[in-house]
Amino acid sequence: MKQNSGRAAAVIALAVLILGTLSGCGSDDTDSGERITVFAAASLKSTFTELAERFEAQHPGSRVEFSFAGSSDLAAQLDQGARADVFASADQRNMAKVVDAGLTAGSPVDFATNTLTIVTAPGNPEGITTFADLARPGTLVVTCAPQVPCGSATQRVESSTGVDLAPVSEESSVTDVLNKVIAGQADAGLVYVTDATGAGDAVTAVAVPEAAQAVNTYPIVALADSGAPETAREFVAFVTGPDGRAVLADAGFGEP
Amino acid sequence: MTRPARTVVPSGLPRWLFVPAAVGGLFVVLPLTAMLASVDWPRFVELVTSESSLAALELSLRTAAASTVLCILLGVPMAAVLARSSFRGLPVLRSLVLLPLVLPPVVGGIALLYTFGRKGLIGQHLEVAGISVAFTTTAVVLAQTFVALPFLVVSLEGSLRTAGRRYESAAATLGAGPTTVFRRVTLPLVLPGLVSGAVLSFARALGEFGATLTFAGSLEGVTRTLPLEIYLQRETDADAAVALSLVLVIVAVVIVVGSRGWASRAVP
Repeated sequence: MKQNSGRAAAVIALAVLILGTLSGCGSDDTDSGERITVFAAASLKSTFTELAERFEAQHPGSRVEFSFAGSSDLAAQLDQGARADVFASADQRNMAKVVDAGLTAGSPVDFATNTLTIVTAPGNPEGITTFADLARPGTLVVTCAPQVPCGSATQRVESSTGVDLAPVSEESSVTDVLNKVIAGQADAGLVYVTDATGAGDAVTAVAVPEAAQAVNTYPIVALADSGAPETAREFVAFVTGPDGRAVLADAGFGEP
Repeated sequence: MTRPARTVVPSGLPRWLFVPAAVGGLFVVLPLTAMLASVDWPRFVELVTSESSLAALELSLRTAAASTVLCILLGVPMAAVLARSSFRGLPVLRSLVLLPLVLPPVVGGIALLYTFGRKGLIGQHLEVAGISVAFTTTAVVLAQTFVALPFLVVSLEGSLRTAGRRYESAAATLGAGPTTVFRRVTLPLVLPGLVSGAVLSFARALGEFGATLTFAGSLEGVTRTLPLEIYLQRETDADAAVALSLVLVIVAVVIVVGSRGWASRAVP
């Protein structure tokens, strides 16, 4: 029995040790004032990764770390108390949630815009040239669901043109739409210009003037409970300044 | 000699095992309780009976039932071959069968896409023949079957191994052919294993998300199953997502617990 309780103590000690190690993992992040965590919309992944490299080069000793996800996921995480220094949203709605929750330091700044474009298989074999062509019978079109920003933009274009699309699938993210077209599952899809640019030769983009009816604006803001408010503010200024403008324009983002 | 044995037998288990076991139990139950606590009860009925919620639930139940039937049709012979035959490469085959169990669902979805998609290995020939799987309910059933099949095979193979072959040998010596033995002796013998395997695969099919999203798409009433609806609702109405999650948990609990009760009664 004595031996048993000895072993029990050892097991409990081990468990405490493991739990302690796990909970200790996150704590060393807050020590350095130069390290910031940026919560950014998934569509900003490639541009922000590049911007972070440039920022770190210009601000020696600083480190920019990212959490890329859907804007609504990020807004929900911030609302649940996630620690971050900067939030960059792909739409105004999710930024408004974070502002309303009182989590921001200062007001958000619009730094980019994005518009929809049609993507088709390389070479546009279906000969799609207008938005109305997407409604042709037999054309498999994939769009975003109305619940997500790219889907509400799609709806706005539909209502402004009077063209009713009958998509074969309403995806929950714009990358899912793009991937369905790249894989050849769908004939055409509606994605952001930046997604089409990022996909390169895998798709052909067909620009439609009607897309101007649904411009998506990206705001960025420093957050209130930042452990490094100075670096956070500098990063926001960097994104909204000439360096940010250049990198974002290369990726297909429009000016705010 | 008998005395020490008597003092050990009643407890059986080392007592300290209960501590990590209880922690493990809490780890499973606590998140579900937390979800239960955050359900918006006054709006619950309204949230789960919306048109799109009901469409998703109905589609989920229909497709999970269809894929369970497919799992039985394909899985019973697979389990029988794995448990009752011996040939070179059998261990490798057994591992391959288990693969969907450990693959991330999105990988399963991509694999299915390049098999049954419009440009896929088999899909392109089907497309020529006028059969399109892309964006249909069939694609959902394929995705669910892919991830659920191992559950049936593993569970049934285990039953076949523990059941032994005595009754089968007896039937064979009495003149029954292999098909008769399989149908009249083997299958009834492992029926509880088959049922629990079928239930597990139904529950797994019901919860399938990644492969469906990657391969089948998401359209109300056609491909948007309950997990996909929950994922989408999260974007606009977190309360609806929580309420629907609870519905999915309840359906899964009822099915799994109900079948356990049935299986334990069915064991002779």
